[in-house]
Amino acid sequence: MTSTAPERGPRGAAPLRLTLTRGRVALVPLYVPLVIAAFFFALPFAWMLTGAFKAPSEITHYPPTFLPERLNADNFTQAADDVSLWRYLGNSLLVAVVSTVGTVLCASLAAFAFAYLRARGSRVMFGLVLATMMLPPFILLIPSYSIYQWLGWLDTYLPLTVPHFLGVGGAFYIFLLRQFFLGIPREIFEAARIDGAGRLRQYATIALPLAKPALITVALFQFVASWNDFFGPLIFLTDSSKFTLPVGIRFFQGLYATDYGNLMAATTVSVVPVLLLFLVAQRFFVQGIATTGGKG
Amino acid sequence: MTAPTTTRAPGAAPRTPAPASAPTRWQRLRRSEAFAFYLFLTPWLVGLVGLTLGPMLFSLYAGFTRWDGVNSPEWIGFDNFRVMFGSDPDFWPSFGRTFFYAGARVALGVALALALAVILNTRLPGRTFFRTVFFLPTIVTGVPMFVVWAWMFDPDLGILNYLLSQVGIEGPAWLGDTTWAMPALILMSLTATGGTMIIFLAGLQGVPLELREAAVVDGAGWWHRFRAVTVPMISPVILFNVLMGLIASLQVFAEPFVMTQGGPERSTYVFGMYLFNEAFWYSNVGYASALAWVQFLVIVVLTFLVLRFARRRVHYLGS
Repeated sequence: MTSTAPERGPRGAAPLRLTLTRGRVALVPLYVPLVIAAFFFALPFAWMLTGAFKAPSEITHYPPTFLPERLNADNFTQAADDVSLWRYLGNSLLVAVVSTVGTVLCASLAAFAFAYLRARGSRVMFGLVLATMMLPPFILLIPSYSIYQWLGWLDTYLPLTVPHFLGVGGAFYIFLLRQFFLGIPREIFEAARIDGAGRLRQYATIALPLAKPALITVALFQFVASWNDFFGPLIFLTDSSKFTLPVGIRFFQGLYATDYGNLMAATTVSVVPVLLLFLVAQRFFVQGIATTGGKG
Repeated sequence: MTAPTTTRAPGAAPRTPAPASAPTRWQRLRRSEAFAFYLFLTPWLVGLVGLTLGPMLFSLYAGFTRWDGVNSPEWIGFDNFRVMFGSDPDFWPSFGRTFFYAGARVALGVALALALAVILNTRLPGRTFFRTVFFLPTIVTGVPMFVVWAWMFDPDLGILNYLLSQVGIEGPAWLGDTTWAMPALILMSLTATGGTMIIFLAGLQGVPLELREAAVVDGAGWWHRFRAVTVPMISPVILFNVLMGLIASLQVFAEPFVMTQGGPERSTYVFGMYLFNEAFWYSNVGYASALAWVQFLVIVVLTFLVLRFARRRVHYLGS
């Protein structure tokens, strides 16, 4: 998680000169599978982005065109007329931001305790954190539905946000932050304690600022997870004006199954924010994912 | 948030008659590390008890009842399980489909991810670009992309059959065809294998260079080097990816729900769809709870079996 640039010189990278002394020509066979794979990995995004700007006649045209004949934004205005597209965007943003705040707060508090505080039962507790990572969501969703029904929370955003303040589904984040905290030398906290800083002050003024890269990683993963979440909103929301983008798009698809141009406009609105986030902050995602495998 | 034990200063005016030099039990407790530990953990503990363990126990109980989710549950013993294993025509087929999906997805996905990682673990110019492209669909995913894929799979208007026709192949009806709907979902899932690839890349960087150089000096070809050096060295990572892939894909739900609704003719009616419909469509909440527990236990048992199998096959460095 340190800010070394792994791109520059991977320790184990196979030195090509050993295997490919005959020069760079030998690299070409490696590019063939890469280019083919990259084509199929990128195709859905290209197909979506171009489709969003195609006129209806072009959508149903055979053979299909790759680039739209001319850029028209009609699909976007049409999609926004058919369903409350911009409203869904706002709803998604609200739910994702609030649940991200909750996750970062709860996971960092728990991780701080696991990393620095000794107590009887702490190993059992950490075992429980790891065990909850394996739980399939179905086993919790059915009874949770009844709980939220009883609390009167159905068709509100509370079931989509409040559990994140209580660390539900956040085991991976606790694990990740604890690993990071363990890397901060204990002496820093000792020094702060001698200066009279309490544990909450140590957490807020020392641990959190030092853990910024890890906190950003956690925030990004939770934001994207919440943004992409389909199951929660599908079950807990019924009023279509409260939908987030994934359920909104599913709803839209149900209404206009083959109106691909408008559908692509809606999916573009949903996908572009995460796409930009990914392109800007890719290294955090890579480091976060690589950390998961590290314990394997 | 209440400040836990922050008051190091002994100024806490003792209302009790105890002298300030001998703190009361409560004060000692408040200052103790264990107290702080559990205070920091309180939000998570509340969630664990109230929204994880509690619901799990409740759903275990509900699994032994007939319950529509509204009226009070009625205890029926093992009847749900008898119906499930005995007479429900959806149980075994949906199980089979789920295992077919998970097996194919994990086998092909892990192989593809490993191949891509091995190629990208060289000093190939442009590898950062390729890594970005391969990782992108893992993060940018979900219902919107499933809708895009549904269009790509469209037999008449989709791009895939057009591309196939360009090389002289008449493409199938994909999502509209009972034979091809499931393979279509598996094909799509292969583009979501970037996370696995990243984990492999991290694992490959831990393979000591000397080992491979020694193999090169010994005159081993690339395939032999891969089989004899790379695979054993990263076998823990392979195990991890297989296990995580299995756990995730046995729970598949959104893809068929959005793209095929379980059809055509139930050919993509996987366990997740079945469970969801029983719970939220037919209101057989008691029965669905039993199904959810079966799913959970299958995952636990499978994890155990994979780990046992792996004990003899996986090489950990230095052990």
